[in-house]
Amino acid sequence: MAKKEECVKLLGFWISPFSRRVEMALKLKGVPYEYLEEDLPKKTPLLLELNPVHKKVPVLVHNDKILSESHVILEYIDQTWSNNPFLPQDPYEKAMARFWAKFVDEQILAAGFMPLIKPKKGIEVAIEETRELIMFLEKEVTGKDFFGGETIGFLDMVAGTMIPFCLVRAWECMGIDMISEEKFPGLSRWIKKLNEVEIVRECIPPKEKHIERMNKIIEKSKSS
Amino acid sequence: MTLRYSHNSDRLTWRGEAKTSPIRSRTKKRMELVSSFIRIRPRMADEVILLDFWPSPFGVRARIALREKGVEFEYREENLRDKSPLLLQMNPVHKKIPVLIHNGKPVCESMNVVQYIDEVWSDKKNPLLPSDPYQRAQARFWVDFIDTKVYEPADKIWSTKGEVQEKAKKEYIEALKILESELGNKPYFGGDNFGFIDIAMTGYYMWFEASEKCGNFSIEPECPTLMASAKRCLQRDSVVNSVPDPEKIVEFAFKIRKIYCV
Repeated sequence: MAKKEECVKLLGFWISPFSRRVEMALKLKGVPYEYLEEDLPKKTPLLLELNPVHKKVPVLVHNDKILSESHVILEYIDQTWSNNPFLPQDPYEKAMARFWAKFVDEQILAAGFMPLIKPKKGIEVAIEETRELIMFLEKEVTGKDFFGGETIGFLDMVAGTMIPFCLVRAWECMGIDMISEEKFPGLSRWIKKLNEVEIVRECIPPKEKHIERMNKIIEKSKSS
Repeated sequence: MTLRYSHNSDRLTWRGEAKTSPIRSRTKKRMELVSSFIRIRPRMADEVILLDFWPSPFGVRARIALREKGVEFEYREENLRDKSPLLLQMNPVHKKIPVLIHNGKPVCESMNVVQYIDEVWSDKKNPLLPSDPYQRAQARFWVDFIDTKVYEPADKIWSTKGEVQEKAKKEYIEALKILESELGNKPYFGGDNFGFIDIAMTGYYMWFEASEKCGNFSIEPECPTLMASAKRCLQRDSVVNSVPDPEKIVEFAFKIRKIYCV
């Protein structure tokens, strides 16, 4: 367990799923923290000093320790504060959670954003390719409330911040109903369950503001 | 007929004389079918299979980790142009090696495999990751850096030419210099002990000669301390027994370069 006199700061960006999931993890553990908003794309001297390698959010500062990369930060939080563990204890289950988290942030993000904005093989093909990848997650969550079982875990925080509260909103802006209840009953149920968790609701970007900003991002991406 | 455990086949088998009646024969056949599904294994005997490809900088990480821990495993070479049904079944998402199959369950993605090996065989010698959460986080951060900032240009050095290759060489050296700065005066990234980051880098160390020959450049003058650590890593028993002959990697690199650089 961590000592009582902690100083925890989080540099984040309100629209970033990567920084939102760190907030979720800190709230799940009941860790008080100071949030410092970066006004991206402008980067503060503090961000450049704390993360000179990547110059990205999120950055967690815990006393004198500086951490970046959201998956690395999440595992650090789980090991440092032992209450409400969110990574599985079993090594195999842990390996699976890490595998699927990487899959969400790499494959699903790569297929589910730019190829839909600039579809080289046509929009229908791009949608179908994204759905094929999402189907792997459907199989993982079917029969469960959350990927973590009865309560939210590591993969719920990674996939939750990336899919329903980021990509789904981008897809709505593009007029795409990617995760329909008919095709993805398990994931649709998971999204409803996530919306019932107070910590999740506290850590997602406000919808209207998010959609407005997302539309600007999509327009900018189309012309780049 | 009685059910007996056979030490030779690790199975329950039926021993004894069956009487000749057809009903007893049918019963005997049913019992044999059932017993063929029952295997009694000694508790310590894990079945560990590694699906791999000999020159892969990712596959070698899994081999090294298993050997560091002294884990017995069956190595199975995959032909990546004709992937086995087992590989496609065990890694349907990426269809890539390495895949570690531990008692029938697959683990994919090389550094995920290395972490799994460290966690399962945690009672064995040589912890691959530090126990302190912050040091573990640092190790994971640098491995993530290696698999993005080193991997992308390294890949282009052997598969491209001209301006694209020149740009890749520059980015590769820049990334290696950042790593060298992190290494500092330590013998290994893990300090005095060979560990997680060193295992990740060894995949690239074994490809240094091939990268230099494909790109017509030299790494040592740019990164002398990193090169010294690389040589140290390449001398470890677990690494010597896992990495192919560098000349064979050079030969392989030029063979595939001919395909990519028309």
